[in-house]
Amino acid sequence: MLKRFVSIWFKYLLTDREAIRQDSLRELPVAFTEPDHGRMLVMAMNTHAEHCGVKLSMAAADARVIAPGIQLFENKPGRQVKLLKGLAEWCLRYTPLVMVDPPDGLLLDVTGCTHLKGGEMEFLKDIVSRLRALGYTIRPGMADTLGCAWAVARCADTGLIVPPGGQRNALMLLPPGSLRLGTEILIKLNQLGFYQVGSFIHLPKSVLKRRFGSNMVLRLYQALGQEAEFLLPLREPVPYTERIALLEPVKTRDAIENAVHTLIDQLCKRLYGEGLGLRSAVLTYCRIDGKSYQLTIGTNHPSQRTDHIFKLLALQFDQVAPGLGIELFILDAPKTEPASDKQSLLWNGKPAADSEQVAELLDNIGARVGNTNIHRYLPQEHHWPERAVANSADLAQSPESEWSEDILRPVQLLDPPEPIEAMALTPDYAPRQFVYRNQRHIIVNADGPERISHEWWTEDGGYRDYYVAEDEEGMRYWLFGTPNDLPGQTRRWFIHGYFP
Amino acid sequence: MEAKKQDIIDQLRQDLMAWEGFRPLPPGERQEFGLGAIENAFPNQTFPTGVLHEFISTRPEFTAATGGFIAGIMQTLLQNGGVCVWVSYTRRIYPPALKRFGVSPDRIIFIDVQREKDVLWATEEALKCSGIAAVICETRLLSFMESRRLQLAIEQSRVTGFILRKDVKHMSTTACTARWTVKPVRSKLRPGMPGVGYPRWQVDLLKVKNGQTGSWTLEWKNQQFTPVVEQSQTEKAKRYA
Repeated sequence: MLKRFVSIWFKYLLTDREAIRQDSLRELPVAFTEPDHGRMLVMAMNTHAEHCGVKLSMAAADARVIAPGIQLFENKPGRQVKLLKGLAEWCLRYTPLVMVDPPDGLLLDVTGCTHLKGGEMEFLKDIVSRLRALGYTIRPGMADTLGCAWAVARCADTGLIVPPGGQRNALMLLPPGSLRLGTEILIKLNQLGFYQVGSFIHLPKSVLKRRFGSNMVLRLYQALGQEAEFLLPLREPVPYTERIALLEPVKTRDAIENAVHTLIDQLCKRLYGEGLGLRSAVLTYCRIDGKSYQLTIGTNHPSQRTDHIFKLLALQFDQVAPGLGIELFILDAPKTEPASDKQSLLWNGKPAADSEQVAELLDNIGARVGNTNIHRYLPQEHHWPERAVANSADLAQSPESEWSEDILRPVQLLDPPEPIEAMALTPDYAPRQFVYRNQRHIIVNADGPERISHEWWTEDGGYRDYYVAEDEEGMRYWLFGTPNDLPGQTRRWFIHGYFP
Repeated sequence: MEAKKQDIIDQLRQDLMAWEGFRPLPPGERQEFGLGAIENAFPNQTFPTGVLHEFISTRPEFTAATGGFIAGIMQTLLQNGGVCVWVSYTRRIYPPALKRFGVSPDRIIFIDVQREKDVLWATEEALKCSGIAAVICETRLLSFMESRRLQLAIEQSRVTGFILRKDVKHMSTTACTARWTVKPVRSKLRPGMPGVGYPRWQVDLLKVKNGQTGSWTLEWKNQQFTPVVEQSQTEKAKRYA
C-alpha cells in the first residue's frame, strides 16, 4: 500500500521552548550550551543569535563577545527527547502513528489521514499553524518514504510535499546531508565534490558501497523507497479506538457527556458488527493547554451496551478537570473479547439477560467500591476453617468440589478467634462456663470435640478441639481449645463463631 | 343490605392493599417457604416477596440466628436460579455455613464496602437490578427516607430485600413491610440425650403492614422450617413413665 509520511523539523526546539516559558526572550539572542572537554560549547541558538554570527560548536565565551546581551542556558541531557515526546503526544491528534526522531524532529505516518483536514496541503498547513500558535518554528516535509520526508523538511527550499513516487526528483538537488549520514561520510562526499545527491544517485550500488560503506547505501535507498524502513510508534496503536476532535473546545458537563456518549456509541457499533464486547476502555481527553488525562474502566463481561459503558465512565466524570476546554476525546478499547449473545453460562437456570444484568450491576458497584471488595466464594478441600473457602474473581467459575453439608459451621465467624476464659471440669471435656467480654456464660449443652489439625504439608502448628456449646439463654457458640497433651502445655480457649 | 356493605368494605380493603404495593401473586408463582403459621400473619396468607423486610438484631448471637433464618428463606427464593447479593460493612458471615440452610454459598456475591455510607448505595443499586433473587444488607442505621428509596427501587424490580439492622437505639419508622427479630432459644433433644439439638429460634414479627404481629418458635430441621409444638408435661410423663 502506498504510504505517506510527514517529517517535522523543530529547527529551534530548545530556544522556542524557552521563549514559550519566558516571553521576554523572543527578541533576544538565545543559545544553549553543553559542556565538552571542559569548555562550554553552543549547541542550539535562535535566529537572533544566528544573525549575530553565533555558530554551532562555538565556545560560549566567543558567543558572548560576538553577540552582546546573549542569553546562555545550559542544556540538560535528555531534554530534547523529553520535549519531543510531549510534542509527539500532542501530534497524536493527527495520526496514531508518531515516532520521536531525536535530536530535533518527529516522524508521522499519515497514510489515510490527510483527507481529514481537506488534503495534504491543508494538513501540513494545519500542523504548521497550530505549532506556530504554540510558539514553535517548524518545517514539515511530506513524502512516500521516511527518508525523503526527512530530507525535504530539512534541506529543501520549495516543494515540501513530494508527490507520490517523486522521491528521486526531489532528492536530486538536495545536499548529501539530507540523507541522514554520519559526519565522516559527509566530509568524504564533500571532498570528492559531491555537493548534491543527484551527482551520485545514479552510481552503481556496488561502487557506493565500496567507497562509502553499506550504511550510506541503505540510507539512500531508504529515502528512495527501495529499502524498507519502519516507524516505531510512540504508542502501540489500539485496534479499537474512536476519536472526536471538536471544533470548539468544551468544558461543560453536558457537552462532555454528549461527546463521550457519541464516542461510545460509535465504538459499540463497531464492536457489535465484529461480534466483540469490551472488557476495558480508556478515555483520553486532551485539553487546549496541551495536557491530556485518562479515565479507565473495566467490565466483568464483554459488553457492547452504550448505556452501561457510559454509566461506568460517568462515575468518574467528577474527576474531569476541563481547564480552559477539551478539544479531543479518544476512546480506546485495549481489551476486547468475543461476546456471545447468550450469556447463560454464568448460572444455570436463569435467562440470559439476567446474567448480563448481574455482571453490569457488579461493574457499577465495583467502579465505586473497588473490585477487590466484591467476593464470591468457592469451596476448598480444607478442614481448617480459615482455609475452607477461596475467593473467586471470575463470575463464571463453578465450584470444583461440593460444599459439604454434614459438618457444622457457625454462621458468624470471628476473624481472628478471640480469647476467652473458660473452665472445664475434666481436661478433654467441653468447658462448663466461659467469660467473654466480661460476660459469663454457663454452658448447659455441648457437642464435641471435633479435632481439626493444621495441615502439616502447608504449615506447622497444633490442632484445635472445637466444641459447639449452648448456654443457659440458648445462645450457641463455637469454642476451641489449644493442645494440652504435651507436658508444660496449658489449654487456652478461644471463641471462633456464633451458631444460628 | 348488611352483606352488601361488607362486600364493599372487603373490596375497598383489597384496593387499598393493591395501592400500597401488595399484589396477589398468580397461583402458579406462589412459592412455598414452609413458614407455617407465620405465613398466616401476612395479607393473602403469603410470605411477601418483592418487598423490604427488616430484621433487628442487638447481639452477634441474634445476628447469627437471623442469618440462618434469612438463608432458610433464601433457599426458596433461589430455587428458580439466580444469585443474591450480600452487602455489608463489617462482615462476619462464614459462607460454608449457609449450605446447611440449603443455600449454595457460591451463588451469593458478597460486597464488602470500605465506607459505611456506601452500604445503602450498593444496596439500592442491587435492588434496582431485576436479575437478582434477593439482596441482604447489613447496616447500622436506616432512616425513613433511606428505606423509602429502597422501597421505590424494589417497586420497579420486584426483588426481595432483607435489611439487617444492628443499631437499636434508633428504632425509627421505616417503609419496610415487616419488622422481625430472630433470637436463638434453647434447643431440645429427646430427654436424656446429650448435646446440642437443631437450631431453634424465637421469631417475632413486630410490625406487619396489613397483617398481624405475633411470636413463634421455629426449628431448622431436615432442610426446612418446622414449627415447634411444646409437648405438654403430662404427655411426656406418660411416654417415659
